[in-house]
Amino acid sequence: MGNAFRNKDGKYIDYTQILRFTFDGKIYQGYKGDTLASALLANGVHLLGRSFKYHRPRGIVAAGADEPNALVTVQRDHARTTPNVKATQVELYEGLIAESQNRWPNLRFDVGALNTLISNFIPAGFYYKTFMWPRQAWGKFYEPFIRGVAGLGVAPTEADPDRYSQRFAHCDVLVVGAGRAGLAAAMEAAEKGLRVLICDEQNMFGGSLLSNADVQSTESLLQTMEKLHQYSKVTCLKRTIAFGYFPHNMIGLCERLTEHLPNPAKGDVRERLWQVRARHVILATGALERPLVFPGNDRPGVMLAGAARTYLNRYGVLPGKNIACVVGHDNGYLAALELQQAGATIAVIADVRTKPVGRYIEQARQAGLPIRSGMTVTGTGGYRRVRNISVAPIVNGNIDASDTIRCDTVLMTGGYTPSVHLFSQSRGKLEWKSEQNAYIPSQSTENLSSVGSAAGLAGNDRGVIGALPMTNKSTAFVDWQNDVTVKDIDLATREGFHSIEHIKRYTTSGMATDQGKTSNINTLGIVSNILQKPVPEIGLTTFRMPYTPVSFGIFAGFARGDLFDPVRTTPMHSWAIEQNAVFEDVSLWKRARYFPRNSESMNEAVARECLAVRASCGLFDASTLGKIEVVGPDAAEFLNRMYINAWSKLTVGKCRYGVLCREDGFVMDDGVVGRLATDRFHLTTTTGGAARVLAMMEDYLQTEWQDLQVWLTSTTEQWAVIAVQGPRARDIIAPLISGIDISAHAFPHMSIGEGTIHGITMRLMRVSFTGELGYEINVPADHGRAIWEAIYEAGQAHGITPYGTEAMHVLRAEKGYVIIGQETDGTATPDDVGLSWAIGKAKPDYVGKRALIRQAMQAPTRKQLVGLLTLDDQVVLEEGAQICATAANTPPMQLIGHVTSSYYSATLGRSIALAMVAGGRTCYGKTLYVLMPSAAIPVTLTAPVFYDEKGEQVNG
Amino acid sequence: MRLYSGFALLKAGFNGQKNWQSLWRSPEPKPAYDAIIIGAGGHGLGAAYYLAKQHGIRNIAVLEKGWVGGGNTGRNTTIIRSNYLFNESAALYDHAVKLWENLSQTLNYNVMFSQRGVMMLAHNVHDVQVFKRHVHANRCNGVDNEWLSAEQAKVFCPPLNISANMRYPILGAALQRRGGTARHDAVAWGYARAADDLGVDIIENCEVIGIRRDATGAVEAVETSRGLIRTKKLGVSASGHTSVVLGMAGVRLPLESYPLQALVSEPVKPVFPCVVMSNTIHAYISQSDKGELVIGAGTDAYTSYTQRGGLHISSHTLEAICELFPMFRRMRMLRNWGGIVDVTPDRSPIIAKTPVPGLYVNCGWGTGGFKATPGAAHLLAWTMAKDEPHTINAPYTIERFRDGYLIDEAAAAAVAH
Ligand SMILES: Cc1cc2nc3c(=O)[nH]c(=O)nc-3n(C[C@H](O)[C@H](O)[C@H](O)COP(=O)(O)OP(=O)(O)OC[C@H]3O[C@@H](n4cnc5c(N)ncnc54)[C@H](O)[C@@H]3O)c2cc1C
Repeated sequence: MGNAFRNKDGKYIDYTQILRFTFDGKIYQGYKGDTLASALLANGVHLLGRSFKYHRPRGIVAAGADEPNALVTVQRDHARTTPNVKATQVELYEGLIAESQNRWPNLRFDVGALNTLISNFIPAGFYYKTFMWPRQAWGKFYEPFIRGVAGLGVAPTEADPDRYSQRFAHCDVLVVGAGRAGLAAAMEAAEKGLRVLICDEQNMFGGSLLSNADVQSTESLLQTMEKLHQYSKVTCLKRTIAFGYFPHNMIGLCERLTEHLPNPAKGDVRERLWQVRARHVILATGALERPLVFPGNDRPGVMLAGAARTYLNRYGVLPGKNIACVVGHDNGYLAALELQQAGATIAVIADVRTKPVGRYIEQARQAGLPIRSGMTVTGTGGYRRVRNISVAPIVNGNIDASDTIRCDTVLMTGGYTPSVHLFSQSRGKLEWKSEQNAYIPSQSTENLSSVGSAAGLAGNDRGVIGALPMTNKSTAFVDWQNDVTVKDIDLATREGFHSIEHIKRYTTSGMATDQGKTSNINTLGIVSNILQKPVPEIGLTTFRMPYTPVSFGIFAGFARGDLFDPVRTTPMHSWAIEQNAVFEDVSLWKRARYFPRNSESMNEAVARECLAVRASCGLFDASTLGKIEVVGPDAAEFLNRMYINAWSKLTVGKCRYGVLCREDGFVMDDGVVGRLATDRFHLTTTTGGAARVLAMMEDYLQTEWQDLQVWLTSTTEQWAVIAVQGPRARDIIAPLISGIDISAHAFPHMSIGEGTIHGITMRLMRVSFTGELGYEINVPADHGRAIWEAIYEAGQAHGITPYGTEAMHVLRAEKGYVIIGQETDGTATPDDVGLSWAIGKAKPDYVGKRALIRQAMQAPTRKQLVGLLTLDDQVVLEEGAQICATAANTPPMQLIGHVTSSYYSATLGRSIALAMVAGGRTCYGKTLYVLMPSAAIPVTLTAPVFYDEKGEQVNG
Repeated sequence: MRLYSGFALLKAGFNGQKNWQSLWRSPEPKPAYDAIIIGAGGHGLGAAYYLAKQHGIRNIAVLEKGWVGGGNTGRNTTIIRSNYLFNESAALYDHAVKLWENLSQTLNYNVMFSQRGVMMLAHNVHDVQVFKRHVHANRCNGVDNEWLSAEQAKVFCPPLNISANMRYPILGAALQRRGGTARHDAVAWGYARAADDLGVDIIENCEVIGIRRDATGAVEAVETSRGLIRTKKLGVSASGHTSVVLGMAGVRLPLESYPLQALVSEPVKPVFPCVVMSNTIHAYISQSDKGELVIGAGTDAYTSYTQRGGLHISSHTLEAICELFPMFRRMRMLRNWGGIVDVTPDRSPIIAKTPVPGLYVNCGWGTGGFKATPGAAHLLAWTMAKDEPHTINAPYTIERFRDGYLIDEAAAAAVAH
């Protein structure tokens, strides 16, 4: 079967290029220039889908983005499957594969259609009234059933291999819509020498000009395009929808780049997001044709009159051979005339208006078309295709006897509705013009203008809105896709839903994938009629982005895999990989967690690493610590105000452990700060806190303390930091170092100095997060790996052992050093975690000081940092486990704390844990219970130091 | 009230569903009420319902500047769960979940509470620690929440990609099986219908523009766009606009209002069985009964009343969704919208008396108050009726921000919603 409904006059069809495609497994032919919809129509195929609820057979209603029915799934391969695509927007290509949706077992025989039989019992919102008994049945039975029948196409199940990209652009004028008005506006701007961007959702510019039969339209379009292309400052974007209007004239565009190609190359960008900032925006988005609401208006073969013109003139396709027209607008006559010229028979033109007058009406009369005015439609016949239409005159407001007329196509038109979606998204005010039956743009809040029919319709081109007079409301569809009928709207208003927002939500009218393009205005008209209130009093639902659905992919753009979030690695990362380190993610960083040897488990490796640090020396990559250089005459004062500690008296060459609170008095971050000069500090933060701390400091500096002369620079990535920890640390690094005397008395614990290591400049800090003699060597990042290797080399004789974050955690826990984010959770004060000693009590103020004097901060019941020792010393508690004073293990329990850190300590040969326990510091020695689902584990409360209580090791 | 049931629906089917009545009347405001609630969201309507049902106060009005449920109640992504960390929060949210479990039957309105499970993904060691702490705390508080390995998580939610090569591999998940979703509009409508049936006047298009206080400082009346209405008991449940309303009575609240966005995809056949949240990469997703993927994330960084958020926020959300579920890249965004959420410094709500006698407030629910709807409503009603808080909402005072008794769930877990 070949194009039986095709003629040779399609203006934008390339008849020399035949394309083969399949729909539901059957092979058809179309031409280059076709859409899937036009090609199927040319083959006489009208049945394209099934409706959402009643599974009624559905065909093609429109010719563009407003199509509510003809949704298909387009498949390239398993991964590249796109559901719910409008057939009217699918450009045909050789080999295209499309499938219909929401039917079983197939499109012609769909079991779901049985729903029509019970449609009386499942009106709008029926599910709110039932499925409540028995209670459990909702989740077990009713809901799964509802979910199963809902939904349209099937989502792809494999990762989409296609690429999406993003672009930012600026222009003087952005024109949205390249119809007559948009092209004229673009031309005018171009002639002024402005930078112009013009986009249109279709595959070619021209808008409604493309649907016209006359030669002038085509010629003027050609000329305009030719001229426009001569301006170098004009960018033309076809296949590009403007989907969203954002504040300050920022418009989101989605450009489709490969959807129309038979075989896009691997790696080609499928779609692109443009974020355009325009000085001025011109909305030339045209108008959408309004369908008419009458019984049986959803049968395949019932189509918008304007769409039929598009199919005929642009694609050379006749929707049918025997055509009935139901018109509420002169445009219907034009369609009838053109179709008659093309060889179709016009069975009837039923005008719903009483005394239509106009140019096309006159022409139609002269052409002898069977015109009947003051009519309504009482129904249509046929199942998979419309077969006849029954029309009846309205006499004195009543529907008279009807006539049934055979036809294979019904064209309908209620007139046009300006496309004000983007205008409304821009927060412009809309105004109801009853003489146009339309909302049109009035005051705008952005620098924009609306032109052409997007700005309003000519004269009193009002057409009709709402429903035609009818008795059988249950098949008069307002929203095709969501199966909303006039009866549903009746019901909603009867149930007290009078706001349009309620009606929309209750009936779901306007919430389908066509976003109400065909249904919104008619819904308003119907409600206005039922409630006998003017349209503006019914309200108007908000137009939301996007104008038409856009792929998630464009928003994600390149941000996928490792580009989703940058992966940060340290200068020693490659070395760690070579040593088979196992990594963990800490914020954006990859950190070596442990270095297993042979087939060691994590626990075995960690035990070995810990023992090595305690016995001789360990090597640790601390480069991820945040680092900030604080410089300026007021640097010390700045730190005084930021940290809880006092800094004025810290002498040059010394370090101090600093604690930062948030304004609310809770610990936010910590780290060692070293003073390099009176006006220069080297500050460290936690790995995860680096950016947060810098932002907070800048915030204070720029907004609260403009009196201070201080400059902050992030140096996190400038320094590679190598921690050498253990009794042999000095012995190992001393031979490599020059410029600093690092002997115990010259460079004691908490010193900082500058010198060289292996010939490279270095900042050396004598600090310890292990409780052992230790150094943190800061060298320029580029030299990190080399120095690391040099130290590793030098340490071989001493048994130097690289260790990871896990051993670091154990070592510091043995010493009771807290980790921000593990012992603290944003609700701990410095005192809670045993850090009140750090508070500079004499300071007039610091961030958090005021908060810390609040009542709750002093409460004796606050959770405090303690140590826990299990009675069975081989039992390792679970972090996060809750603590109770009694062993009773069924709710409700009085929870008094939780385990924050818990490890097996190889050094001590037993388990240890840190915990936060209410009033814990006053209860050392007491037995408490850690509650596990299986048992309550008894533990003894201790001070949170398990190793070297006197702290002698660090001073070695 | 005409009872709803399958049978009633069947019967109505034989006469064209003609006999159904209005869910609620549209009364003119009376000159005075025993109690008034500002805000016809789920919380406000629910409070009116419980006041009438459980506390015997019948002469009540709910004043709404727009339409019933048009605030955040009708804009949210409907995630319901109670696996909060702190005892106070667990008590509050689980109180709500227990009410949710019978809400359809209580209201005789199917609110489609669907306990399809809420799963929170752990992507790093820290997440694991945090979620395990939640699991333990919840068990001890009688709230269900369980730890799943990555493999178990995948069985529960097949679209998950648990390969170790992901940028943010899934190390496991915390699952609350009793958590889930509900139909937001139905909650507002169901409460409205049930409250109306008890005589509550629900007055739409009635904006409160002033609060009058008598010589003692107590509440006396509200000025509205539909005239002066007297009352001595005034409950405010105006979510994003609460600080504006309380300002009318001279009460300042520690609230900031931010836009929060959400979006849905086009509807597809069931692909996503539960709710999945990932706080580390900022996104959450579920699939509605209609088939739409429902997606949301964090608030904008700046305060605003515009009911729309920045494109970069929704972009970032979709980045996260596409990263977690690369098969959804071809899915398409159908609708995006925003609401204004009222955020307290500790991200926990306020349900309390105010310094003004007769004035009560329920607010600060921020990005996560839908789940609390029946609970918050019940507690606000209780507090208004007894002029003192229920034990469950006793910690949720305004004064806690002065005294420091914060209930800081956000800090504890960086979890919102
Ligand atoms: C995008 C988004 C997603 C969310 N996702 C979730 C989620 O997944 N889970 C969850 O638990 N929560 C979520 N939330 C939060 C949740 O929606 C809210 O916390 C909750 O719905 C608040 O209910 P409410 O009844 O207090 O407020 P609302 O429903 O907002 O009702 C307040 C009402 O007060 C009215 N009002 C305001 N000022 C006046 C006045 N002066 N006079 C008269 N009336 C007035 C408003 O018009 C409004 O109708 C989300 C919120 C948003 C915006």
